[in-house]
Amino acid sequence: MLKQTDRPVPPSGLTDGPAVLALDGITKTFPGVKALSDVSLALYPGKVTALVGENGAGKSTVVKILTGIYQPDGGAILMDGQRAAFPAPQAAARSGVTAIHQETVLFDELSVAENIFLGHAPRGAFGLIDRKAMVAQARGILDGIGAQIDPDHKLKDLGIANKHLVAIARALSIDARVVIMDEPTAALSHKEIEELYELVESLKAQGKAILFISHKFDEIFRIADNYTVFRDGQLIGDGSIGDVTEADLVKMMVGRDVSQIFPKRTSRPGAPVLTVTGYAHPTEFEDIGFTLRTGEILGFYGLVGAGRSEFMQSLFGITRPSAGSVEIDGVAVHIASPADAVENGIVYVPEDRGRQGAILDLPIFQNVTLPSLGRISGRGFMRLAEEFKLAREYTERLDLRAASLDTHVGNLSGGNQQKVVIAKWLATQPKVIILDEPTKGVDIGSKAAVHAFMAELAAQGLAVVMVSSEIPEVLGMSDRVIVMREGRIVAELAGPEMTPETLVRHAAGI
Amino acid sequence: MSTTDRAIPDRLRSPLEQRLKSWETLLLAVAVAIFVANSFASPYFLNAWNLSDATFNFTEKAMIAFAMALLIISGEIDLSVASIIALASTAMGAAVQMGVGTPGLVLVGLGVGLLCGAFNGVLVTRFGLPSIVVTIGTMSLFRGISFIVLGDQAFRGYPASFSWFGQGYVWWVISFEFVLFGVIAVIYGILLHKTNFGRAVYAIGNNPTGAMFSGIRVQRIKFILFLLTGLMSGVAAICLTARLGSTRPSIATGWELEVVTMVVLGGVSILGGSGTIVGVVIAAFVMGLVTFGLGLLNVPGIVMSIVVGALLIGVIALPRLWTMWRTG
Repeated sequence: MLKQTDRPVPPSGLTDGPAVLALDGITKTFPGVKALSDVSLALYPGKVTALVGENGAGKSTVVKILTGIYQPDGGAILMDGQRAAFPAPQAAARSGVTAIHQETVLFDELSVAENIFLGHAPRGAFGLIDRKAMVAQARGILDGIGAQIDPDHKLKDLGIANKHLVAIARALSIDARVVIMDEPTAALSHKEIEELYELVESLKAQGKAILFISHKFDEIFRIADNYTVFRDGQLIGDGSIGDVTEADLVKMMVGRDVSQIFPKRTSRPGAPVLTVTGYAHPTEFEDIGFTLRTGEILGFYGLVGAGRSEFMQSLFGITRPSAGSVEIDGVAVHIASPADAVENGIVYVPEDRGRQGAILDLPIFQNVTLPSLGRISGRGFMRLAEEFKLAREYTERLDLRAASLDTHVGNLSGGNQQKVVIAKWLATQPKVIILDEPTKGVDIGSKAAVHAFMAELAAQGLAVVMVSSEIPEVLGMSDRVIVMREGRIVAELAGPEMTPETLVRHAAGI
Repeated sequence: MSTTDRAIPDRLRSPLEQRLKSWETLLLAVAVAIFVANSFASPYFLNAWNLSDATFNFTEKAMIAFAMALLIISGEIDLSVASIIALASTAMGAAVQMGVGTPGLVLVGLGVGLLCGAFNGVLVTRFGLPSIVVTIGTMSLFRGISFIVLGDQAFRGYPASFSWFGQGYVWWVISFEFVLFGVIAVIYGILLHKTNFGRAVYAIGNNPTGAMFSGIRVQRIKFILFLLTGLMSGVAAICLTARLGSTRPSIATGWELEVVTMVVLGGVSILGGSGTIVGVVIAAFVMGLVTFGLGLLNVPGIVMSIVVGALLIGVIALPRLWTMWRTG
């Protein structure tokens, strides 16, 4: 039988039989990032294992390894105790591993049955698709999960919840032994979530092993048998769900020393500079209101999908709000485009640097001066000497490392690209700078530089808004923290209220 | 690598060095080669009046090509330019029948060009439709109107003072059209390479999302580019109509592809984001010299278009084949 490795001593309460599928000492490295470091995970027949962790803890990477999308750099995948390899998604499917992804990939123009069986439809004569059998089998699977959907309908005619059921049916259309559910309830209403729980119970009764990824503690405690906690790509703890409390899980998720790596700063908030009232969008967020003062760093925390970036981009003029008003220095302003926002002194450093933040195929100096050209040119004619001067001034303030100012931004490291984007905005002499996940994909050294620089900007009287999903960053940098959940502000925290536990509780709604 | 002076240099390669290794230099060599080959192939080539005539092969198309170059660099395209010529020329012909004089005709030509450009621009920038689809549609629409108005008839009777735009000479063999071509080239060269507007065009072509996130009014600039392309089509319509002295609905048929060919041959990336006006100027001369040289040798028109097509593919493929061969 399987060789007992050093790590997976079966957690307490897991004495019923061997694991169907196990990861043993898996490591996965991406350029510059160690996504998973020696992690282990075991899934047992008829049991639900909850995988818990912050954004970026490595949960999605694990799912991709289990479904053959990524190949691990080290460690072993064990199927019934035998070493297995999933070199491609088809291999994982053949071994009976199936996943319901966070963002399901379905095809609007195909029928429900075609979506369910795409890639493995039942074949008839001459290897052609046996449409009748396919529709019949699709109906069987849909009935099995209690979904009243006609398999002949086109997918685009279905609502979002029914699409999700089709995705579940697709996952069950292969003879699965392991079902992975990656935040399956994120898009569902209360009633649909109840139905999903029943489905999970019936899958358990059929002896399937289930990996359940969720941020919602109530559902974890309701349906999970076991838990596994990841943090920063490492296994922090696992065991039977009955042995832990919510507080234990939160502590395992976030527990680390938060205070040391961030610059010490004494905040002296001054006059209010930005006041947002009743900001709303038809689908993404509603009733957002807050006041930002000069010299202040205001953190926005929330889970992925809480509507933070969507709100910031609306404030920056990318999308139009359905209601709400903005005041700068007490004067109401109308922002219909990013150009308007920049003119009013609001700038935005987006999360997606390559597509939104920088223009990778243009040189550094042209990126830096792009929004400031009107100011440094003479009647619309560019002045190259002035451009280089401005670019030099701000890139040097940010300690940019590059071969020359004529280097294309695409040739720089993530951290230096981020410095170019920040330099571009500082050159416009803004009043409010919004940084969206400012250190995502940035190496440790540049991270500290960006943090130090944020502190310096605030000390000089700039008002800073920082959207971050990294709890240490939020707590280490912010004077105040606003927590968003499902498009709404659910908490505003300051001083001693700012603890990892309170952030996670408010963000997850517990 | 460790220098005590941490200052980042402005540039590593001088602008002159970059220029010498550029597409434009290669293209200039091609132009010279064609010139030399032509002068050997035909005894009539090296004649001032013949060379002057040769410029009419490209001046009108090149006027549009400069505006088209900016449009393509910004990531859009306008395939309706030749149909705008037809519509503008038809409008001018109709105005002649109503007794409008030369200044009025010029205004009509420019006005129709601007209106057509505005129509394309609104459809692309306000309604977010892809420009290739919009302008294939307006290509049929504009010329269709011209066909409805004219049928198999033609407008004639342009005043003699109007003909000067297409047939007049400023000095010796230097035609008005050639001077206008030069002036427009300089204006577009300055607009693209020396102004904030030109920088924004490059930024949009490289990354429209990034440009918008940098506070550039992307849709407004694209709309202006469609206006300019329409306007230049109007200018070309004035010159061509004046040169031919008549308007038929089939005027300038197929020019949209010749204009795009000129732009791409000039080194403008069809995907947007790069290219120069100098390149388009040289490409205009290359295409003019090729068609003129072949004309002197009595090569039929259909063969000419084969040669121009082969030239386009050849000049664009050669550098890529060269790097593929060198890198194995």
